[in-house]
Amino acid sequence: MTGRLDRIGLLAVPALGFLAAIYALPLAMLLAKSVQTAEGFSLAEYRAFFADDYNIRVLARTLRVAALTTLLAFVIAYPTAFAMSRAKGIWLTVFLVALVLPMSLGVVVKAFAWSILFRANGVLNSILMGIGMTERPVRMLFTETALIVGAANVFLPFMVLPIYSVVRQLDTRLPEAAASLGATPWFRFTRVTLPLTLPGVVAGSAFVFSMSVSMYVIPSLIVGERQQNLSMLIARSFLYLRNEALGSTIAAILLAIAIAVVLLSGWLATRLGARR
Amino acid sequence: MTRADRFALGLSWTVGLACITFLMLPIVITVVVSFTDSPVYTLPPPGWSFKWYAEAATRQGLWDAVLLSLNLALVSTAISLVLGTLAAIAVARGSFPGREAIATFAVSPLMMPGLVVGVALLQFFRDLGLRDAYWSLLLGHVVITLPFVMRTLLAAMNAFDFSLIDAARTLGLSYPKSILKVMIPNLAPAYLTGGLFAFLASMDNYPISIFLTDARNKTLPIKMLQYLEEQPDPSLAAMSSGLILLAVIVLAFGARTVGLNRMIQG
Repeated sequence: MTGRLDRIGLLAVPALGFLAAIYALPLAMLLAKSVQTAEGFSLAEYRAFFADDYNIRVLARTLRVAALTTLLAFVIAYPTAFAMSRAKGIWLTVFLVALVLPMSLGVVVKAFAWSILFRANGVLNSILMGIGMTERPVRMLFTETALIVGAANVFLPFMVLPIYSVVRQLDTRLPEAAASLGATPWFRFTRVTLPLTLPGVVAGSAFVFSMSVSMYVIPSLIVGERQQNLSMLIARSFLYLRNEALGSTIAAILLAIAIAVVLLSGWLATRLGARR
Repeated sequence: MTRADRFALGLSWTVGLACITFLMLPIVITVVVSFTDSPVYTLPPPGWSFKWYAEAATRQGLWDAVLLSLNLALVSTAISLVLGTLAAIAVARGSFPGREAIATFAVSPLMMPGLVVGVALLQFFRDLGLRDAYWSLLLGHVVITLPFVMRTLLAAMNAFDFSLIDAARTLGLSYPKSILKVMIPNLAPAYLTGGLFAFLASMDNYPISIFLTDARNKTLPIKMLQYLEEQPDPSLAAMSSGLILLAVIVLAFGARTVGLNRMIQG
């Protein structure tokens, strides 16, 4: 019996072999190349990267935009998940369509739509002027705020869905029990409801942060070359500057950030799981 | 219900409705703007027309890009479904150590920066001497689609009752036949969901494809971004509306056969 089950393990070989050859190996080679020069092992590329103030600003901007995008997505998604868990019938369908339809659309389509919305002679400004909130067009395209709003919009479903799947399974008797024991609403929320929903928040935040730290199409269309992030710097080094050493180094840094997010969220998830 | 509960409920519904509006806003705007008769994006449009659709359909190279993207999405999803089925059976039924790690590894491309994977593949294929853009793109797109398929199939197979397979084998079916005739029909919703999201992710991919294309093989997202740089008129809104229509059709099909609620669990 165990012989048959062990042979079943061989079925994983094609997929694992493929991913090892066409995904893990190229990434490992990229990392190796970033610390390799003609003379052998060297961190010179990294020293050069971190010595340049411009690169530090790009790195700081990338992390700041990703953090703020995650925060904005969380602020919208958390109450929405609760409303969705109470919704029935047609309202639940409306919520599901509003989440799944944008998820099925290309990021090029959505980023393009936001670049129309934010244009000086564009849609948001004509609405603002129409209701008399402003007399002259407000400069929106090419600002960091516009980028954060656009990115939060694109990644929002990936925050709502993990929180919703936790909230839906929440035992509503627990907050009620706390209330019958005299807990104040604030105490009930911070000590009962919030800790129980944290696994969903961690999963959603990890998704949104890792996607917004490495986004490329959205900032290209909304803020352009003047406010680069790490991904745009990579693309520029490879496609325009033809400086592959620099590009590989930045790619390795971005990869390190992505892996750190995965490991951190995994560690948080196990800790939260263990505490319950 | 206390006052605090009512306040919390009211707040969550207010934010929830704002969230729906926020999510639908870019889609609605794109569709409305695509029917304008003006060459600039103003709202409401000064007049209505289909002329940007006609304009979009005659843009040079559009249909080649559409065909290439459909080809890559269909072929890479099909390959991923085969590889993913085999690997998911191994993880769900095997007794070897490290099955958790295999599952995490197979889903991990979802969390990796697309551009970094693209750069790594560009250098790797060049070192190998693989110069053909179609094959490079296809291999890259299997890396994109496989995690979507694996995520859904792993969840579905962990819940699947494999004694059905044993029963089918007792009745004389071979192991591969019992997988094809018993397991796959039973897990049809998971196959459909995983396949649909994998297909859409491949259709949409920009950051990996951009490093693997050449002048003759450009996928749709790359072509659209190129049009946007050359001549950003409302014909782009018309193309986007075409893609929105495709997504609506795919989702309507998914909702009828699987149900929206089950699709989001995948």
